Amino acid sequence: MSDQDDEIILSELSDEDLVAQMYDDLYDGMKEEIEEGVNILIARGWTPYRVLTEALVGGMTIVGHDFRDGILFVPEVLLAANAMKGGMFILKPLLIATGAPRVGKMVIGTVKGDIHDIGKNLVGMMMEGAGFEVIDLGINNSVESYMGALESEQPDILGMSALLTTTMPYMKVVIDTLVEKGVRDDYIVLVGGAPLNEEFGRAIGADAYCRDAAVAVETAKTLVARKHNQGAVHA
Amino acid sequence: MTNALSKLLETRDWLMADGATGTNLFNMGLMSGDAPEMWNIDEPAKIRALYKGAADAGSDIFLTNSFGGNASRMKLHGAEGQVHELNKVAAALGRDIADASGRTIVVAGSVGPTGEIMSPMGTLTHERAVEMFHEQAEGLKAGGADVLWVETISAAEEFAAAAEAFALAGMPWCGTMSFDTAGRTMMGLTSADMVKKVGKLAHQPLAFGANCGTGASDLLRTVLGFAAAGPTLPLIAKGNAGIPKYHDGHIHYDGTPELMADYAVLARDSGATIIGGCCGTTPDHLRAMRHALETRPKGTAPTLDAITAALGGFSSASDGTDGAGPEAAPRRGRRAKRD
Repeated sequence: MSDQDDEIILSELSDEDLVAQMYDDLYDGMKEEIEEGVNILIARGWTPYRVLTEALVGGMTIVGHDFRDGILFVPEVLLAANAMKGGMFILKPLLIATGAPRVGKMVIGTVKGDIHDIGKNLVGMMMEGAGFEVIDLGINNSVESYMGALESEQPDILGMSALLTTTMPYMKVVIDTLVEKGVRDDYIVLVGGAPLNEEFGRAIGADAYCRDAAVAVETAKTLVARKHNQGAVHA
Repeated sequence: MTNALSKLLETRDWLMADGATGTNLFNMGLMSGDAPEMWNIDEPAKIRALYKGAADAGSDIFLTNSFGGNASRMKLHGAEGQVHELNKVAAALGRDIADASGRTIVVAGSVGPTGEIMSPMGTLTHERAVEMFHEQAEGLKAGGADVLWVETISAAEEFAAAAEAFALAGMPWCGTMSFDTAGRTMMGLTSADMVKKVGKLAHQPLAFGANCGTGASDLLRTVLGFAAAGPTLPLIAKGNAGIPKYHDGHIHYDGTPELMADYAVLARDSGATIIGGCCGTTPDHLRAMRHALETRPKGTAPTLDAITAALGGFSSASDGTDGAGPEAAPRRGRRAKRD
């Protein structure tokens, strides 16, 4: 690798080489380089949606896989997500202006009594990295807080996070309320957090337990697609 | 050193710590979402019962009900102004139980993570982290804690901030990290990394090790990793009693007292001097562990296969110390990787 030149001029690369380079730069958390890459592709006439899906989402998928596989850890993923954010900041208004298709919408928050938001933030960033719109409710969310956001935002997905064995049962309180109000099936409910497991997710009536942010993205994509298909069948 | 823990470490080959705090308080009626630390003042009889449960089951050390007692976390409950008081009472209740036991029991002031990410990745500065840990440390010291005990930490920076704060309080301490992500901490630290990081601290702990994580098997693999890295201090093993299961609105850990007894003996064989449980570990588990530690001879360090045969499989194939972990994604671009 030593014969490689570190001084790469991004604007001199072909589209293909530039996207490949952006995958690496996302992986390495190089925000300025990502912003530059996004601007170059837009200037070359790429639609904002194509830049998002082919350059950024493609790159973040690699980050997600290596996070899932225990190769990258939270610090590296935070850096990558920060670089992604730089690119998204440029793309967001352009995506809205061009009426780009929406992948899906998620309301996410850490449950009542729990301050931990590291995992939740990672999920939010990776979901944005996958093209989802994410409404982050922050920490310490009561049933009322979740219900209010579901009402006003009408998301496809509700995500709940808990890090403590003392707070994870609160997820069931929220899901029970959804059932009570007859709106449980309106949303895909994903849960996550260090002490949880698949069995717990099933026991409290969530659609899925997601082991980490990468799995959350994969599960969200699958379930949103399935939900849309079912909607077509039931209609 | 004149503290109770150093004295016990001089005279004994192994010490038993306590079990769970949060999950045991749940069994006493703590509601999900409430701060356990508020019970130090609102339900002192239950906190005494928690400590006494560990003391009566044979623990040589128990941790105080102050895990979340830092300003960052108490703010959530509007109690950031009560940090000193809540920690002081947590330790004082423990002091009473330990002194009434008729033997030497170490009251260890529990200090959990701030819940925030430290700069430059996050927003919590080193100075603020030290300040918060110091505030908590002074409360625990005022209540009569023998030592301080920082636990369930993921970031080396946060561990170092706690050490610095404990030096400011002039208190001896122990510290454990949680290795819950593919055998590493959430921040990617391996067991071998922790041994190195601990070695660099100016205010050295009395002992260090692992707590919580994913299960008893993983925790022992971590202890073997510490031992292989040539630590100069006693090692701590505080593993969960199996895996959490959900029954009728309650969290129940599926590890039996028999399993935790096997775990305790294997932990000692693996090189741990201070052995206890974490989430899901009740006084029944502790009694079984104590009995096993007293009646079964110390053996040689177990192989990974022996651990899985006794306690179940690992959560990941590698823990990052054997160079046999999964391979990173191939590089696609032309820029050399920056380190």
